[in-house]
Amino acid sequence: MILENLKYSKTHEWVRLDEGNFAVMGITDYAVQQLGDIVFLDLPKIGAKVTEGQPLGVIESVKAAVDLYSPVTGEVVEVNAPLANDFETLAKDPYSAGWMAKIRVAGADALKHLLSAAEYQKLAEGEAKP
Amino acid sequence: MRVIFDKSVPGRIGVRPSRQTGCPPPHIEPKLLREQPAALPELSEMDVVRHFTGLSRRNFGLDLGFYPLGSCTMKYNPKLNERVAALPGFAELHPLLPQLPTGERLVQGALAVLHDMDRLLSEICGMAAFTLQPLAGAHGELTGVMMIAAYHKERGNRKTTLLIPDSAHGTNPASAAIAGYEVRAIPSDADGRMDVAALKDALDASVAGLMMTNPNTLGLFEPRVREIADLVHSVDGLMYYDGANLNPLLGRCRPGDMGFDLVHINLHKTFSTPHGGGGPGAGPVGVSAKLVDFLPVSLVKERPDGSFFLDYDCPKSIGYIAPFYGNFGIVLRAYAYLLSLGKEGLLRVSEHATLNANYLKERLKPFYDLPKPGVCKHECVFSAKRQVVHGVHALDLAKALIDRGFHPPTVYFPITIPEAIMIEPTETESKETLDAFIEAMIEIAKLAETNPEEIVSCPKTTVVGRLDETRAARQPDLASLD
Repeated sequence: MILENLKYSKTHEWVRLDEGNFAVMGITDYAVQQLGDIVFLDLPKIGAKVTEGQPLGVIESVKAAVDLYSPVTGEVVEVNAPLANDFETLAKDPYSAGWMAKIRVAGADALKHLLSAAEYQKLAEGEAKP
Repeated sequence: MRVIFDKSVPGRIGVRPSRQTGCPPPHIEPKLLREQPAALPELSEMDVVRHFTGLSRRNFGLDLGFYPLGSCTMKYNPKLNERVAALPGFAELHPLLPQLPTGERLVQGALAVLHDMDRLLSEICGMAAFTLQPLAGAHGELTGVMMIAAYHKERGNRKTTLLIPDSAHGTNPASAAIAGYEVRAIPSDADGRMDVAALKDALDASVAGLMMTNPNTLGLFEPRVREIADLVHSVDGLMYYDGANLNPLLGRCRPGDMGFDLVHINLHKTFSTPHGGGGPGAGPVGVSAKLVDFLPVSLVKERPDGSFFLDYDCPKSIGYIAPFYGNFGIVLRAYAYLLSLGKEGLLRVSEHATLNANYLKERLKPFYDLPKPGVCKHECVFSAKRQVVHGVHALDLAKALIDRGFHPPTVYFPITIPEAIMIEPTETESKETLDAFIEAMIEIAKLAETNPEEIVSCPKTTVVGRLDETRAARQPDLASLD
């Protein structure tokens, strides 16, 4: 499942721009499917300065431990702390209740480099194709 | 199965130690004595034998069957190694003997083994000297990264970053982070090799070094390794070789000649010592001449008269990293292996390891997706993409192999390949074994198309079926087998 109104990174994070230049991010449904059962989630700290393409957290499943990459540059103003102990919500609803961090960005341009839903769809399909 | 403590019956004993040994009872300060006897299980000899035999029957090891766990080099452990390690002159040495004023002359044989092993590994890897002390591969990595830090500190370099390819073993970034470095990942190119253009972009004055395996975790040789080494050296970075994949290179090429400054090897992989359940292993680290001064204490040195001693006069050393001299018994087994194979034997190891992997790859290619075609070294990586279409994942294929008497290959690693199945047959397996495994893999691939439910419900022949891996990771209970 890929939502039309979101932007995406090549590393499988989604981003939504809220009013006041706040970018809300999480990981895509495709990423959740690929990871399998999640066992650990390390979210960034509030106030952390994050850089586009750099790690901002860690997610671990029964298959692998991987970095979460920040899709934008800015400052973390809020994190979905209960998610770190509730992986069912993350698996069931990655685009809404499974949000991970809210990041203050300079403006709408901070999301300019990200993929559209159609572009991300193509990337995910390319990875899955035998 | 109940744990041994649950089987305990008060008062039951196996052997009664003789009270007439002729030795006076040891004098122990009363304040050091236990108030209560230790809570040890009380069983007869037969209870103990049945308990551990029962456990061993639930285990799967190299002495039982094929174990193609990619990147782990699960080769057969020759029994000759055990025989040598059990020689009383080695097995009954006390580790404190060399510390006694007259002890050195009693451990000359053991010191000679360590000294000679250092020389042999240095020759095989093209290094100036080795420490044999690290107790595992990851411990070797940390030891190596600490020497990288000591090198830069002495030169007054301000280095903060280690570069690591995205296909690396997870221990590489972990070791770098524990030693205080930031990690920058270098992506792979479409061929599965390190992206040299991306490496150039990532290189700056902050780079302390690059950690890589060659062949890499896809089993592919990195042909541009010399160019990569020159690039890293151009910013005074050091080249670290993770020896997990050394097996196909034995006697053919040497990390030192490729431009590496440090090498860690896993005796429990390449040199046929047991792969323990967490130990004991050994991860010796070799260094080029510019890093010799930083090796851990102590080092075995030879005097002009041919006698050996432990040298503790190492002012620039990173210090102590292990109790005593490392896992001596493991080093000894690997030494026996090296001497029994000799130079010609090592050449056959690397040749057969590569031949076996390519044979498996070519025969399984029609049935499984092979993301990076071409000649591989000691291991090949398939993807279960074709089976996923039918609802069968790499994990399911692995479970189906258990029912067919094989240990599964590594799955879901490297993470750069979705649904990865990483197969490393090693050189010690016969063509008959490889063929039996190939037939099982082909049968499973066909079943995945015609009857996927059959695969998804595996394993059926084991004491327990699918385990709750999530709960095992979240709430580990290590004391109970219920």
